[in-house]
Amino acid sequence: MPTTTDKYEGMIAESVSIPGHNGDMIHAYYARPIGDGPFPGIVWVHHFPGWDEWSKEVSRKLAYHGYAVVAPDLYCRVDHGSPEDVAVKIRGQGGVPDPQVVGDAAACRDFLRAQANSNGKVGVIGTCSGGRHAVLAASCAPGFDACVDLWGGGVVMRPEDLTEMRPVSPVDYTKQLDCALLGLFGNDDRAPTPEQVDVHEAALKQHGREYEFHRYDGAGHGFFYYDRPQAYRAEQAVDGWNKVLDFFARKLGS
Amino acid sequence: MCANIVEKTAVSGSGKGLTGWFTLTEAAVSYDHPFHVDLEHALNIDFVNEAAGPGARVSVELTLEAARALSTALLTAVERAEAYEAQ
Repeated sequence: MPTTTDKYEGMIAESVSIPGHNGDMIHAYYARPIGDGPFPGIVWVHHFPGWDEWSKEVSRKLAYHGYAVVAPDLYCRVDHGSPEDVAVKIRGQGGVPDPQVVGDAAACRDFLRAQANSNGKVGVIGTCSGGRHAVLAASCAPGFDACVDLWGGGVVMRPEDLTEMRPVSPVDYTKQLDCALLGLFGNDDRAPTPEQVDVHEAALKQHGREYEFHRYDGAGHGFFYYDRPQAYRAEQAVDGWNKVLDFFARKLGS
Repeated sequence: MCANIVEKTAVSGSGKGLTGWFTLTEAAVSYDHPFHVDLEHALNIDFVNEAAGPGARVSVELTLEAARALSTALLTAVERAEAYEAQ
């Protein structure tokens, strides 16, 4: 929890190099409170625009709320440059391989859990493609304590949308999901559509998984993105952030 | 990456990016979340030269209506140019 006005507070936020999937050294943004802890951890899986300012900003927001956060640069192996330039290159190649992202997220989780001031709990969260990747990581790399999917597109995929990079529809891994899942969605979104969220929810029920889904009227894709006027919905975003922080506090401690 | 619509083609020519002119090798046409134009999805065209690094890029983000109008203008201009060259 944020400190009171009479207390010293601080955080360290910096880029680091850590071993990712297959032991590859990758860059990550590591934001954490200063102090003895113990601190719960969160892996932030960035969205398509890349390892960008927003991803680092929200990492610091969660650090302010008492979490040690690692946001890996999922595109690190491909190239370096402005986040947009690198993201365009990634888009041209059809994304990054799902198993590699899962491996990177798991490696970041293990990095956080290995810190002396960890409380041993680690969650995973992402928006857009990062929401999809968060669900995949929580399903395919057992050991997360909580997962948050913020409007992840492509959790429910049609067979014709499967690719070499994304060979399995994440919903097909629902049986393997081994932690509680929070999902926030806009009812005007088209990726995922409300119908796709229904399919995901039905799978969670079928397999008896613990989940909380919240669906917002008057919101579409990316309603937290205050720098995207057509997408941003202040009321829904405020409520959504409260739900994210409440969920992590209950599942990870803070 | 949510709409998953990307078409690529090899191109020959030059483009002017942040650091000046460079040789183009490829164009990627996608329908995806744009970086700048305030739309959920846009028709994006990225002219690139991968060998010159990710910064070798000229990009536009268009509405679908603008993209269709551009494609019509492009084809019309190409047809007129081909007729001119045939003279």
